[in-house]
Amino acid sequence: MIFIAGILRKRGDPMSTSSLRVLYQKELADHLRSKRFIIILILVAITGLSSIYAAASGIRSAVSEQGNTFVFLKLFTTGGSSLPSFVSFMSFLGPLVGLSLGFDAINGEINRGSLSRLLAQPIPRDTVVNGKFLAGLTIIALMVISLGVALGALGIIMLGVIPTLEEILRLSVFFLLTILYMSLWLALSQLSSLVFRQTATSALACIAIWLFFSVFVGLLAGIIADALYPVNSSSTIDLALKKSNAELMLNRVSPSTLYSECTVSLLNPGVRTLGLITQEQLIGTIPGVLPFSQSLLLIWPHLVSLIALNMICFAISYIYFMRQEIRA
Amino acid sequence: MNDQVVIKTQGLTKKYGDFTAVNNLDLEVYAGEIFGLLGPNGAGKTTTILMLLGLTEPSQGIARINGYDTSKETLAVKKIVGYLPDHVGFYEDMTGRENLRFVGRLNGLPAKEIEERIDHLLERVKLSDVGNKKVGTYSRGMRQRLGLADTLMKDPRVIILDEPTLGLDPEGIAEMLALITELAKKDQRTVLISSHLLHQVQKICDRVGIFVRGNLLACGPIHTLGEKVFKDQPLTLEIQVSPLDEELIKLIKSLNQEIKIEIQEGKIMLESKTEIRKSLVRTISDHNYDLLFLKQRGRDLDDIYRRYFAEKG
Repeated sequence: MIFIAGILRKRGDPMSTSSLRVLYQKELADHLRSKRFIIILILVAITGLSSIYAAASGIRSAVSEQGNTFVFLKLFTTGGSSLPSFVSFMSFLGPLVGLSLGFDAINGEINRGSLSRLLAQPIPRDTVVNGKFLAGLTIIALMVISLGVALGALGIIMLGVIPTLEEILRLSVFFLLTILYMSLWLALSQLSSLVFRQTATSALACIAIWLFFSVFVGLLAGIIADALYPVNSSSTIDLALKKSNAELMLNRVSPSTLYSECTVSLLNPGVRTLGLITQEQLIGTIPGVLPFSQSLLLIWPHLVSLIALNMICFAISYIYFMRQEIRA
Repeated sequence: MNDQVVIKTQGLTKKYGDFTAVNNLDLEVYAGEIFGLLGPNGAGKTTTILMLLGLTEPSQGIARINGYDTSKETLAVKKIVGYLPDHVGFYEDMTGRENLRFVGRLNGLPAKEIEERIDHLLERVKLSDVGNKKVGTYSRGMRQRLGLADTLMKDPRVIILDEPTLGLDPEGIAEMLALITELAKKDQRTVLISSHLLHQVQKICDRVGIFVRGNLLACGPIHTLGEKVFKDQPLTLEIQVSPLDEELIKLIKSLNQEIKIEIQEGKIMLESKTEIRKSLVRTISDHNYDLLFLKQRGRDLDDIYRRYFAEKG
């Protein structure tokens, strides 16, 4: 996003910024009118509402018993009896939102024959990718923010608890993080729409990447870490630690893991570390919660990686598109 | 028409790996003329057009439109060039008007002018009554005409049309060609048409270039092209005479011993080194035969075309 902002600022030419605006408005209107957007919106809204509802009904009893702090955050992290939490829903459905908005961005235009018509107009070529990405990003932001506000409101009504300032801060960062996470998948799907000529192939490739990162990376990381540091009953604690660390780092290749770790740290102030600690390291620690700034510090590398991944995906598709031959 | 060169390519070459799509093309198109780039499918016509629009980079050589280098000053080129791709596509769930408005806005035109131009252009391509319908409901001919209106939105000096008559019915083709002619003659625009449908396009072209396998084989006005190519060839006539009998063959033979005669499906093919048309017609009618059909072969574009295919194929 910073990258795009930089591009926008660098362009002094009023012509190109105005063509970007025209294209952006058109893409935005297209998304908002598309059935796909409505389906995704309904899907996300229903899962969000039901998970919050389930969590809220579970929490009410818990709150009265314990008088716990950060009740409002619990709303998002605890699941109901049969439903997963809002956070796990988001980490699973987030990619789907991003992917569905971008998988046919460029190849759809090519197949319709409108891309060569578009590029025959006096607009810089990058306007097309920029406009599409910005429009997708806006849609994601709109969706996440409105959902966040709606769920927060629902939470207040159901729990009867007013969120504290810190809770609001933590939730805001969480929703920003969700936007970032979804936009990564948007950038990825846009890249895939450039690489594959058929929209169906592109969609399939996106889904494959999504499944790989959300399901198979975990399995693979376990296998690889096992091969690197074979742990058995007579192994030292050192080796076991190395193995677990390796597995953790391999898992962090996946943006889904990065996102999950971020949300855990953000919405669960009790979490002090995302790595491994031994029992003896815990000796003498005073049980308590981390302040917001420290939680943020904990996930700072994750945030940077997510932003970097976003930029890499976007940059690759940007360069690829600039060099591509556009044939009708 | 004047002699100002609008489109000029020098040694324009495009290679895809080992395959040469366009080979060392030198082309000049003058202001206000209709130039036909004719050739079979896969000859490199579209590739040439893409290079002219900066949509693909030439491997070698340079193309200029109005003096602008098409691979470097793409924005300046696109401001003055209107392009109709061969499979023109619109945003299906937008109306014809909305599609045109979008293009007008991309060109940075003021809103008032856009609406005026849309009204004017829709009328010109006879789509005024369907302008507010979604493009998804348009027929192929309507889309093609909307495409033409679309290329005209920016009021271009140069119009490049890739296979503009493809997939149209005869009436649609006639309408399309009439519109194109009007664009060049009335509005003084330079038009470059690429097509593999010779008969349709040759009628309206001032000059044509025959393009086969990436090479420009001949270039010039159509009638001179025939003369150039076939000046050493014998005259070939195709005639149909009733009744067709042995006597008739003998009669024709008597005109000139060197005439080669071949009978194909009731038609007689004559090949002669000398001009025999006048005496032939007279002889036939003097002997009470009826001449039903006479056509000179090997001088029109189709024959040029076929010949180049034969040579190259």
